[in-house]
Amino acid sequence: MKSLGSIRRSFAPWTDPNAKPFISFENVTKRFGDFTAVDNLSLHVYEREFFALLGASGCGKSTLLRMLAGFEQPSSGRILLDGQDLAGIPPYRRPVNMMFQSYALFPHMTVEKNIAYGLKQDGMAKADIETRVAEMLKLVKLEQFARRKPHQLSGGQRQRVALARSVAKRPKVLLLDEPLGALDKKLREETQFELMDLQQQLGLTFMVVTHDQEEAMTMADRIAIMDKGKVIQVATPAEVYEAPSSRFVADFVGSVNIFEGRVAGRDEGRIEIATADGVTIRADDANAAGQGTVWYAVRPEKIRISSKRPENPALNAIEGEVWDIGYLGDMTVYNVKLASGQIVRSSELNRHRTSEDPLTWNDRAWLTFPADAGVVLTR
Amino acid sequence: MNRLVAAIASRLTIIIPYLWLLVFFLVPFLIVFKISLSFTAISMPPYTPTFDLSEGWTTFTEAFSELSFENYLWLWDDALYFNAYLTSVWIAAVSTLLALLVGYPMAYAMARAPDSLRPLLLMLVILPFWTSFLIRVYAWIGILKPEGLLNQFLLWLGVIDAPLVITGTYTAIYIGIVYSYLPFMVLPLYATLEKMDFSLIEAAQDLGSTPAGAFWKITVPLSVPGIVAGCMLVFIPAVGEFVIPDLLGGSQTLMIGKTLWNEFFANRDWPVASAVAIVLLLVLVVPIMFFQQAQAKAQERGR
Repeated sequence: MKSLGSIRRSFAPWTDPNAKPFISFENVTKRFGDFTAVDNLSLHVYEREFFALLGASGCGKSTLLRMLAGFEQPSSGRILLDGQDLAGIPPYRRPVNMMFQSYALFPHMTVEKNIAYGLKQDGMAKADIETRVAEMLKLVKLEQFARRKPHQLSGGQRQRVALARSVAKRPKVLLLDEPLGALDKKLREETQFELMDLQQQLGLTFMVVTHDQEEAMTMADRIAIMDKGKVIQVATPAEVYEAPSSRFVADFVGSVNIFEGRVAGRDEGRIEIATADGVTIRADDANAAGQGTVWYAVRPEKIRISSKRPENPALNAIEGEVWDIGYLGDMTVYNVKLASGQIVRSSELNRHRTSEDPLTWNDRAWLTFPADAGVVLTR
Repeated sequence: MNRLVAAIASRLTIIIPYLWLLVFFLVPFLIVFKISLSFTAISMPPYTPTFDLSEGWTTFTEAFSELSFENYLWLWDDALYFNAYLTSVWIAAVSTLLALLVGYPMAYAMARAPDSLRPLLLMLVILPFWTSFLIRVYAWIGILKPEGLLNQFLLWLGVIDAPLVITGTYTAIYIGIVYSYLPFMVLPLYATLEKMDFSLIEAAQDLGSTPAGAFWKITVPLSVPGIVAGCMLVFIPAVGEFVIPDLLGGSQTLMIGKTLWNEFFANRDWPVASAVAIVLLLVLVVPIMFFQQAQAKAQERGR
């Protein structure tokens, strides 16, 4: 398989077999009564990594974070930070800090005092505290607001105070619980990049919990997709998107078309999948599918749509009827109904301002995509 | 026209509470104040002068000139009254502190209890109100008296050899006041603590505070409005408390409520009793003003 996710960075300690993990969850299970929030989970995070836990609410991602912070104790298994077993260490002695979803700013203290709180607990000298607080205020651009109380700030400003407070102690790991959840969309997008810059500047390890896949994709070096207390896949954003390990991941991140079929033939790393529509899809088979039912997952933007059958016989081609057209400005989304009733989505970028759209509702259309456009999934 | 009606109606809604205060607070206050400036007399009512317009305007103004502050001077001269005020304030202050020490952990535990349990706990706090206050204080006599339940229990345990004398002492008064006024301490404390976001405590611990440190630096400062409200609700009625010192404290206790009762009913000295009441009111008005100022301040903080 071609290498994925190497666009942005050469930082990839997880590919180095000699690299030592910074945070390790080893067979961690957490039960609340009958409910298993985290189920025999193992995970390794490396130093200076921006790691995201992505999943729907109730998947156990917040519990995992709270166990690392020390607010919950694992029912079994152990958590190591920088080689040290964290069992029995109370939250106030752990070299990690957390940014809470509600921000949890102390309402009776000014911005300054909030930021200085952790430093004071450590018994830092007064002059050093002042310097550090000033530095933090500058970092989050809140110098003029030092003497305000939290209720006198906007949501975005509060978020930045919470951030400054949690990084002021220079923790080994910064835990962020839905850090952008309370912000509106535009502010959220800006803040994503600010967080990434901050992580680069401070050189800290970030572990962020989010249910927003876009947020995780933008910010994280690696993403762990979680479901029902288990990690389904850990990979870079590009790998998660282009090479999902299962239908769950493919469906959870972005939109996807999934063709179900049987393996009808194989030839040099390629297989032929016979679908219910009577169409045969040729696909690169990286997952070495066996016999039986397989699924071919392909993203809408990888599928081209045209009114004529393509001439290149190497391409996969499926005929259908244009069922719905959605014009989104930057792109147009076509929903095409196949003979079996399955709806397949294709999206086309609108590169030209004035192009005649040859397709309209109820037209016959051909969907085409090369063999390497999607992935073959076995589960 | 409609607007005029609306304007009058909106005025009316404001007038009602003012009218209530005027009729049921200010007028009785003025009557008591007037009596406090009169003299005792063997007559009906037992003081002079009385204002009676039927005997002409001159008698009315003459009656006015007879009023004097002599009763207040009397209160000032007799150390008994001063001591009674001082004792009352002291007992009320100590009881308030004790109620706070007992009530805070209760309110805290209630606020942190599971959601499903809270209504039950709240109910348990309010439940004693269903029984007459007087009966509950009498019940304490049964518990505290020398041959009472507490002494029997302690003797049975072998902790003491002879029964403790509790009834008739200040200890009994403290027990009685703390017991009777505890709900007034717990409820406002519970209201503030229940509102508090407990992720603040986690945040404080995350930043390096021990649980005790987080309690003093975060929980206590944030519950100040509740502490103030609870203390005022216990302190103010406790200063003027009459039933508890009378029943549990015995004859020698010197609290202002009891002194007031003695003046009215034993001595039949209405003017002095009224003067005692007016001074008591002033003693209480100061803490109330303090309380309101604290509340206004808290509101300013946006809490």
